[in-house]
Amino acid sequence: MERIPILRMGNFLLVTIQVDMHDRLAMTLQEDLTKKIAETGARGVMIDISALEMVDSFIGRMMSHISSMARILDAKTVVVGMQPAVAITLVELGLSLKGVQTALTVEKGVRYLEQAVTTGGGRRTNGRRPH
Amino acid sequence: MVVARTELLPIRGEPEVVMVRQIVRAWCVDLKFSLVDQTKMVTAASELARNTLIHGGGGTVDLQVVEEGDRRGLRLVFEDKGPGIPDIPLAMKDGYTTGSGMGLGLGGSKRLVHDFEISSEPGQGTRVSIIRWK
Repeated sequence: MERIPILRMGNFLLVTIQVDMHDRLAMTLQEDLTKKIAETGARGVMIDISALEMVDSFIGRMMSHISSMARILDAKTVVVGMQPAVAITLVELGLSLKGVQTALTVEKGVRYLEQAVTTGGGRRTNGRRPH
Repeated sequence: MVVARTELLPIRGEPEVVMVRQIVRAWCVDLKFSLVDQTKMVTAASELARNTLIHGGGGTVDLQVVEEGDRRGLRLVFEDKGPGIPDIPLAMKDGYTTGSGMGLGLGGSKRLVHDFEISSEPGQGTRVSIIRWK
């Protein structure tokens, strides 16, 4: 089955979406990511959409869902690299991506995650994370 | 209005929704739409193709290059033989949904194009026609 790869970088998970996603692929990514967060104890998720030429309401909803699910699993999410034309279209479509943290570049996204994890740190002392 | 070029595509599954997006993109490029205009039209096509698939149980989209006076545009006509929409004004409202979506499909795609027409008969199906002019 076709899947979008999830890379692990230390405390963070990195997803780069490089294909024109059909709905099932988006749903699979959502499931895979939540599973991976729980498995690895990742504190942050970065989704790079710089190669995406279109975000419609389905993909937008997937990004909102991933952010919410990750938050419940104690991880921060940042969506990076949205193309300007995509942003313009999303707003006109009526999708404001509430609750989804964004950053312009991968670098800025990493900085956001590092900060968010440091300031939100200390909550992970309940023994859920053995390392 | 003159139809200069036309192509009928089936929408029977998710891969075909993706294919519609890609072919609409190619036609927009041929028409020399700006990147923002391409993105708007492709996004509207994606929303409506998904509606055709999910709510209409599949159907077709007719792509047409249309000319009127000295302007050219792309018209997309989505048709299905599904259950139809009993209350169109309600279905057009943002946030209204019967499926699993966000309820932005119809109202949202209307905002992304210049002309938007919808007709539906309960039990007969739904037809949505959109145009974006260059």
